[in-house]
Amino acid sequence: MDPSNDPTPPTSPLTTSPPMVQLLSPSGERVTDPRHAFDGDRAEIEALYRDLVMTRRVDTEAYALQRHGELGLWPPALGQEAAQVGSARALRPHDFAFPTYRDHGVAWCRGVDPTHLLGIFRGSHLGGWDPAEHGIALPNIIIGAQTLHATGYAMGLALEGLVGTGDAERDSAVIAYFGDGATSQGDVSEALDWAAVHQSPVVFFCENNQYAISVPVDSQTRVPIVQRADGFGLPGVRVDGNDVLACLAVTRQALQRARDGEGPTLIEAVTYRMGAHTTSDDPGRYRDASEVEGWKAKDPLERVRLLLVAEGTSEEFFAELDADAEALGVRLRAACQQITEPDLAELFDHVFVESTVENQQQKAEHVAWQAAFEEVAS
Amino acid sequence: MTRMSMVKALNSGLRRAMEADPQVLVMGEDIGRLGGVFRVTEGLQKDFGDGRVMDTPLAESAIVGTAVGLTFRGFRPVVEIQFDGFVYPAYDQIVSQVAKLHFRSRGRVRMPIVIRIPYGGGIGAVEHHSESPEAQFALTAGLKVVSCADPHDAHWMIQQAIASDDPVVFMEPKRRYWESGEVDLGAEPLPLWSSRIVRPGRDATLITYGPMVKTCLDSARAAEADGLDLEVIDLRTLSPLDLAPVVESVRRTGHAIVVHEAARTLGLGAEVASRISEECFYSLESPVLRVTGYDMPYPPSRAEHDFLPGLDRILDAVDRARAF
Ligand SMILES: Cc1ncc(C[n+]2csc(CCOP(=O)(O)OP(=O)(O)O)c2C)c(N)n1
Repeated sequence: MDPSNDPTPPTSPLTTSPPMVQLLSPSGERVTDPRHAFDGDRAEIEALYRDLVMTRRVDTEAYALQRHGELGLWPPALGQEAAQVGSARALRPHDFAFPTYRDHGVAWCRGVDPTHLLGIFRGSHLGGWDPAEHGIALPNIIIGAQTLHATGYAMGLALEGLVGTGDAERDSAVIAYFGDGATSQGDVSEALDWAAVHQSPVVFFCENNQYAISVPVDSQTRVPIVQRADGFGLPGVRVDGNDVLACLAVTRQALQRARDGEGPTLIEAVTYRMGAHTTSDDPGRYRDASEVEGWKAKDPLERVRLLLVAEGTSEEFFAELDADAEALGVRLRAACQQITEPDLAELFDHVFVESTVENQQQKAEHVAWQAAFEEVAS
Repeated sequence: MTRMSMVKALNSGLRRAMEADPQVLVMGEDIGRLGGVFRVTEGLQKDFGDGRVMDTPLAESAIVGTAVGLTFRGFRPVVEIQFDGFVYPAYDQIVSQVAKLHFRSRGRVRMPIVIRIPYGGGIGAVEHHSESPEAQFALTAGLKVVSCADPHDAHWMIQQAIASDDPVVFMEPKRRYWESGEVDLGAEPLPLWSSRIVRPGRDATLITYGPMVKTCLDSARAAEADGLDLEVIDLRTLSPLDLAPVVESVRRTGHAIVVHEAARTLGLGAEVASRISEECFYSLESPVLRVTGYDMPYPPSRAEHDFLPGLDRILDAVDRARAF
């Protein structure tokens, strides 16, 4: 990476080397890389920009809704949009993603209505979409657990003969998202090991946003995360996580390797969490404002906008996109209040496929109690 | 007497324990610089240094597993699990190692580890942040399990747990973290392994612990309006159970109702009810009743008020027992 494009000191020496793949500089210039290229046209970049803007809009709207007491909590994705959108747009419809609680942009790209995300953080339900329909699992809160699910899913793909057939319509892959903190969990090491041993078609996509709540990445690891790959025997690639073109190109290549039967890849996307860990967190306690300021100059949206302007994208495109984002915000605000409240009686039916006597007795007890209570109240 | 929140009471208890014994170490995720997500360890790293107050990598199995190793060098680790639902990655270390090493070594190895777990619901949290796994530890022989219910007890119990040579799973009711109460910093504390009557009464006995102690006290206050006098017992220690005061109470009142947030089947209430029926059979005027969470994974938070035992469900159980 050209140091002139990188005016800010990185958070940790762990994020300076090895070099990361970059295809679009913070000031909006295309950069070349010997092994990776983004060969899409302007329309594709405009589509990516749209995803970035819409993802940010979902995020800022949800943040505002939390502040208005409509959501119990929200984990902002601010600053990580390019990592999420770039990697998720590399997926094909029949691929599958295992996200975390922060991957709102991945959910967006998989066609999940953001209202589902609002419902989760409102406390109205625990998921809301059908993973099979969207090719994306429900967000995982237990750190690192989903990397094993992704590996198992990938093993399943291989067992079913959906890998390396040469038929692009059939060959499939899976991607697992996790943070830098997650790399300390045993589950993640176990997943990397298994996937390497089985040569499973899985891409491990680490969004290194520099912090696990208050703990900086150099308190999680002594080596750059990308280097972990060596020890487990899979290739690792480090990418500028604020560069949507690079994230897309790198992930596309890794997914293709996986689909072709060449095994797993670890991608480390170097990015930054611009906001708080969640709306309950106070980042002022553990990081300097100047550090945050520095990363602002690397904003993942602004650089794409600059590129598009330079390449002649029309004013109307930006105006329409702004209007669409505004409309999305309005829709989400309204939809949030329409989210149906959970009904405990119904929840009893979801504990098991084959309900138990005890289950149904407790349900009956609850229903009778509710009825008696409402009678007294009315 | 000093008035403070449970968070402050725990913080000052930890501080006193660290001052009293240089072998006491505090470890966990975000507990150093941030002071923990609930601020229980606030300021400790500043005062005791990062050698004794350690921000750990995000790895629960390692947090407990390394604590085991530290005890071999004579340290007394106090580890924080950030939320109840995140203890399971460490479950193997807790039940297979921490619980068994004293036994396996025929008493030669000691495991003076305290595992602090903020637990329970009622705070509108997302998944995995509201669970009550106490019975899963209480049924593991070799572990001691306690739960504090108010600031005074929190302050003293944490110091006693740290001083104990046995491993203690220390359950902190997070919905009570911010409630204030009087703490007597000079008191002679109750023994750790004992329950206590927090409200004497004649007509029925409510047996509970942790977050539900306050709810039961509120219920007892409400029952007064109906001329009912309820006794409330805070178990405090869940393993070992101290049932002598419970037995004595139920023999007087004839009615026992066990209240906890955790699911009903095989919860602490099952054990308590069984022991009461063994010991108080001839004094009981009604079966021992339980008011608990239901046998389902913790529901989305907007349904938790229906899931958790509240005043009305508790009083309803009292009525059912007395009408029996
Ligand atoms: C097993 C487990 N332990 C602790 C937590 C509490 N927790 C939630 S997010 C988080 C930090 C995660 O950091 P990282 O993996 O870097 O992801 P990020 O939040 O930065 O996206 C922690 C400690 C958890 N969710 N799961």
